[in-house]
Amino acid sequence: MNNKKKIFPSVLSASIAATMITMSSGSMAADSDPIKVGVMLPFSGVYAGLGESTRNGLKQALKEQGNSIAGRPVEFIEMDTEAKPARAPEITSSLVDNQKADFVIGPVHSGVAMGMIKTIKGKDSIMIIPNAGANAATGAFCQPNVFRTSFSSWQTAFPMGKEAYDMGYKKIVTMSWNYGFGKESLEAFNESFTKAGGEVIKEMLVPFPKTEFQSYLTEIASINPDAVFVFFAGGGAVKFVKDYDAMGLKGKIPLLGSGFLTEGTTTAQGPAAEGVITTLHYADALDIPKNQRFRQDYETLYGKPADLFAVQGYDAGQLIAQAVSATGGNTTDKAALIQQMEKLEIDSPRGAFHFSKAHNPIQTIYLRKVVDGQNTVVKVAQDHLEDPARGCKL
Amino acid sequence: MDTSLFLVQLLNGVQYGLLLFLIASGLTLVFGVMGILNLAHGSMYMIGAYLAYYFTTLTDSFLLAFLISGTMALVIGIIIERFLIIHLYKRDHLDQVLLTVGLIFIFNATQSFVWGNDPLGVEVPELLSGSIKLTDIVEYPVYRLFISLLCLLVAATMYFTINKTRLGMMIRAGESDRAMVENLGVDISKLFTIVFAIGVFLASLAGIVSAPIVSLVPGMGEHVLISCFVVVVIGGLGSIKGAFVAALIVGIVDTYASVLVPQASSMSIYLLMALILLAKPQGLFKN
Repeated sequence: MNNKKKIFPSVLSASIAATMITMSSGSMAADSDPIKVGVMLPFSGVYAGLGESTRNGLKQALKEQGNSIAGRPVEFIEMDTEAKPARAPEITSSLVDNQKADFVIGPVHSGVAMGMIKTIKGKDSIMIIPNAGANAATGAFCQPNVFRTSFSSWQTAFPMGKEAYDMGYKKIVTMSWNYGFGKESLEAFNESFTKAGGEVIKEMLVPFPKTEFQSYLTEIASINPDAVFVFFAGGGAVKFVKDYDAMGLKGKIPLLGSGFLTEGTTTAQGPAAEGVITTLHYADALDIPKNQRFRQDYETLYGKPADLFAVQGYDAGQLIAQAVSATGGNTTDKAALIQQMEKLEIDSPRGAFHFSKAHNPIQTIYLRKVVDGQNTVVKVAQDHLEDPARGCKL
Repeated sequence: MDTSLFLVQLLNGVQYGLLLFLIASGLTLVFGVMGILNLAHGSMYMIGAYLAYYFTTLTDSFLLAFLISGTMALVIGIIIERFLIIHLYKRDHLDQVLLTVGLIFIFNATQSFVWGNDPLGVEVPELLSGSIKLTDIVEYPVYRLFISLLCLLVAATMYFTINKTRLGMMIRAGESDRAMVENLGVDISKLFTIVFAIGVFLASLAGIVSAPIVSLVPGMGEHVLISCFVVVVIGGLGSIKGAFVAALIVGIVDTYASVLVPQASSMSIYLLMALILLAKPQGLFKN
């Protein structure tokens, strides 16, 4: 039984390898050959909207270069991950081993990211993560050929701890879904909040993807803390913020969160989101010329407003364009390419950033507040925040 | 936990349970009468919610949206039964699975195409938007109480219809002996159309009334479907009474588990299901 299971994939990979050898013989990468960019994003399922925004941003960045870098055209190979971690190794391997992609952009989902990293490790291809925030991707599992243009979970929640304490909150209840992103966010918040002198009096973990919050909200009401810090995203964030308001809690116990609580969700949340305070590395209303230009172009191209995910995709595109330009169009020598990427400063709509040793952005985190359905910037929460990259040996 | 808090949590549990019943009742009704396991039941819930969103935005009235969406659900139900399900009665369950899973894909694609992939929300209608003070610290949203009342009303109507009316008599007869009912001159195909349409209507109704308190996201139907199956299996496949009792038990167990044993709360209802099936393999109320 066990043997049969093992035989099948090895037969498969052997035959794939055989086809590859016959395909690749004779064609050496010439200078006018396309730069192959594999795109691994969710185009269906719950995260389809995020995948679409990321792809739009990525293409916008390359369109600005006339879809050609140092005289070489850019070829996209798009794959739908469906946000299913189980599919990650197979798709990654087909992009890297069969298609010989120079770059692989993806994914949105951290579980998929881990599968991709394992597969791409040591291969002759560079992975750029445009969203997935798992700390380990640029921490314990960091790789020379893996970069991230988004954030680590730690970065998005750590600055809020001190901010919350400075706002005068001493006893806080934290809450999130019981999964990686949520737990990492709560830990990072706890780390800085406790260091500042505050106390997390209860941590509530809700099974993912449950959105029946009534019993938890009842408990929060009975504990009556100074404030509540939560991590929820997407549909769960919409429901949580609405439920929190409907239980009459918003007026009594201030609601704080990692920025994803109010990212792309404020329209659906309606008035319930007003006044919610979050930290994140971006805000739609960020008053930087680059951001305004980016948002204008995006809206012209796609007929709808840009969001955070578009920014992160856009920066992945900028990263490729700048790095390949710097090597004069040479993508064969990946080590040289990586060396260039490490030195680059990316002029992002979120404000300029460069990469840490672990290849995660060293970036500014903003304190934001929802006013009239928009995330407005209250102030800079922490400038040039670098993820501690725990466990990374780069 | 003090007494008042205990009671508020009980209310949370009952309220959640009633909503679960509303969602699951159509599934178990259709299975009980027609022997059709409609895996696209969750999709009907999703379509109900999105229709409610669409018409609320269009007409600016939740009541109007409620009426239009409900009617459309009935029509959708009739169309699906007349054109698709009708071919399945003489086939086995695998074919039903193939067709109804196919429907899930079609409805998901339709949803994504028409409404996009961003989360959407519906405002709670103004009349029901307040909250009631239960204790010094806990308020309860009126709209949630309204949903519970509506669910009770649906349960009572179903009970009355099935036990006291001619239609109900035919439904009960159809459940126990389809061939005999047909031989007695009852138009079974018409009965099936009605029952299936009601099933779809109930799922959509749950989606419609939930719309203001949930977020509308792609795939929302599949999440609901799982809880639905738990309720239907615990209650006994095809039993409405069973679904009602099971939904309340599941709602209450899930609520208390999330407060008292949060580490185990994700598996609490499945554990419950396993235990009940050990004692009663056919579910609480064998049909």
